[in-house]
Amino acid sequence: MSAVAQGAPQTKPPKLRKSLNAGQGRLGLLLVVPTLVFLTVIIIYPLVWAIVLSFQKDAGLDKATGLFVEGGSAGFSNYTHWLLQRCGETSCPPGTLGSQFYSAFWVTIFFTVVSVTIEIILGMWFAIIMNKDFKGRALVRAAILIPWAIPTAVTAKLFYFILAYDGIANHLLGLVGIDPLLWTSDPWPAKFAIIIADVWKTTPFMALLILAGLQLIPSDVYEASQIDGASRWQTFTKITLPLVKVPLMVAVLFRTLDVLRIYDLPAILTGGAGGTTSLSMLVIKQIRAGFHSAAALSTIVFIIIAIVAWLFIQFGGAEVIQRPPGSKKKGKGDDDTTQATTAAAMVSNTSMGGGGA
Amino acid sequence: MSATTAPTSSAPAAETTGQEIHHDRNRWGQIRLYVGLAVIVVWGLAPAYWMVVTAFRDVGYTFDTSPWPTHVTLDNFRTAFDTSRGNHFGAALWHSIVIGIVTTAVAMLVGVFAAYAMSRLNFPGKFIILGVILGSSMFPGVALVTPLFQLFSNLGWLQGVNYQALIIPYISFALPLTIYTLTAFLAEMPWELEESARIDGCTPGQAFRKIMLPLAAPGLFTTAILVFIASWNEFLLASQFSTKYTQTVTVAIASFTGAQPHQEPYTAIMAAGTIVTVPLIIMVLVFQRWIVSGLTAGGVKG
Repeated sequence: MSAVAQGAPQTKPPKLRKSLNAGQGRLGLLLVVPTLVFLTVIIIYPLVWAIVLSFQKDAGLDKATGLFVEGGSAGFSNYTHWLLQRCGETSCPPGTLGSQFYSAFWVTIFFTVVSVTIEIILGMWFAIIMNKDFKGRALVRAAILIPWAIPTAVTAKLFYFILAYDGIANHLLGLVGIDPLLWTSDPWPAKFAIIIADVWKTTPFMALLILAGLQLIPSDVYEASQIDGASRWQTFTKITLPLVKVPLMVAVLFRTLDVLRIYDLPAILTGGAGGTTSLSMLVIKQIRAGFHSAAALSTIVFIIIAIVAWLFIQFGGAEVIQRPPGSKKKGKGDDDTTQATTAAAMVSNTSMGGGGA
Repeated sequence: MSATTAPTSSAPAAETTGQEIHHDRNRWGQIRLYVGLAVIVVWGLAPAYWMVVTAFRDVGYTFDTSPWPTHVTLDNFRTAFDTSRGNHFGAALWHSIVIGIVTTAVAMLVGVFAAYAMSRLNFPGKFIILGVILGSSMFPGVALVTPLFQLFSNLGWLQGVNYQALIIPYISFALPLTIYTLTAFLAEMPWELEESARIDGCTPGQAFRKIMLPLAAPGLFTTAILVFIASWNEFLLASQFSTKYTQTVTVAIASFTGAQPHQEPYTAIMAAGTIVTVPLIIMVLVFQRWIVSGLTAGGVKG
């Protein structure tokens, strides 16, 4: 039934179908034209334009001649600037934006791996709990939606306050005998400050997505496993996990892409202190120091994200787009959940392609 | 179908602890369940609670660690709206409301067309278009900031009152979200009604407008809330493309300055954060059922 979501034709009496389908093609195209116009102007055109820009030189003083140059073709020099750390003829001196590329790259990967891992584990636990029968489920669901509804900028400021030197977090740590931490400036605490805020904000969402997957599992499967004497752990690994795998993978894909472009939290919470400058922050800092290098860097970020997305879809079992009925598919019959979670996971990006989280 | 979209759906017995089997196991299960539920509720509420408590706490007691409201005052809210230190929070609220409403209205209008086509019509290139829409939702916003920054600065949009510098990108970023959510909602509707209307001589457009649109209202409404929240919460583009005259709340809060440099006006910021968040939380709580089914739309169809 749900295949309709992606427009599978419903079976109608042949005669009627013919008359109703007439003109569908044209109407369909007409209806998506406005969407395509917006996406072209704001997404496709800038993407192409960024690539064009990235092959031009930034205006500035030419070191060899001492003259001001307007730009011109740069070849791959804007890319080698970041990837090979080349600033002109020499390697980039420490402290320049160029020299921060690998630090930003690795810290972004670190945020992604740690945050998403914690979110999967906690999200799974939350979802299993919420899938049980209990009174007050409306209250619990309302509570869990609150972190999601708070704007990331506010979340960042809230955790900036909670994690302040004199703040409540250090106070609570003091109660168990831990010395206060400089959460927003020391390298490791700063990284974990960002991870804590990110995990707080997005775990509930992961939990709701997994819960939606859990609710699809028919109860008789569990009853059968119980009769067969399966342990709690066996039930989890042999039944729950395989059955929620597809929606889980789609959710993980979207969360991964989301953290890879993390901007709001490090920009506001730590301002990049303690080596927490993410790739997105580096792009933003570079924009005012030279468009063309920034364009190259943003293209690099785009390529990294595209590769990760491709790997997930290719090898991770995150079937994101449901194929049209009748076309080839690897199909184990779980497409319903797939396309499903897609919509859900998209909504998780309430940052709208921005640097949310 | 869609039994699970109903918020009241009885949890399909993941309750593996059958009553009649092991009584001890059952009791342990109950304890674990309630410990888990307590963790979830504290997780969701504690930091937000701390924000609200601090918002009402006298600035002299900023770091008071009492878990209850103490030294209650409304001063922080006055400070938040005070413009004498160069903070324009009140104006920013207005800007965010304008941007949010226009973004939501246009994205919904454009999105409804596309979602209808996606869920109901067959046309050439449909799955390619679907791919483009999905792909653009995965797109790193930061990859667009550089070229858009140049484009908008050439157009002169980065000075003065130019809401469109934010509204147009917001619409584009909100469209994938709008279309996917709406498509999932539309797919669940009783389309037999539409077919009967068309047999009675309505055009597809009329059948949609007169018959289906009223039925789709809850779905439309939920989607609109999601889009509005997305626009309201956006920070990256707002921090780059908004000017003094179009600054949004997220930017205003992030750059809130206190009486002295290097002294963070925590309590005023928490007051501002409360003002920005509480309407959203109320909206989310009131429409909780719809939002949860909207968030997981499609994922819950049986």
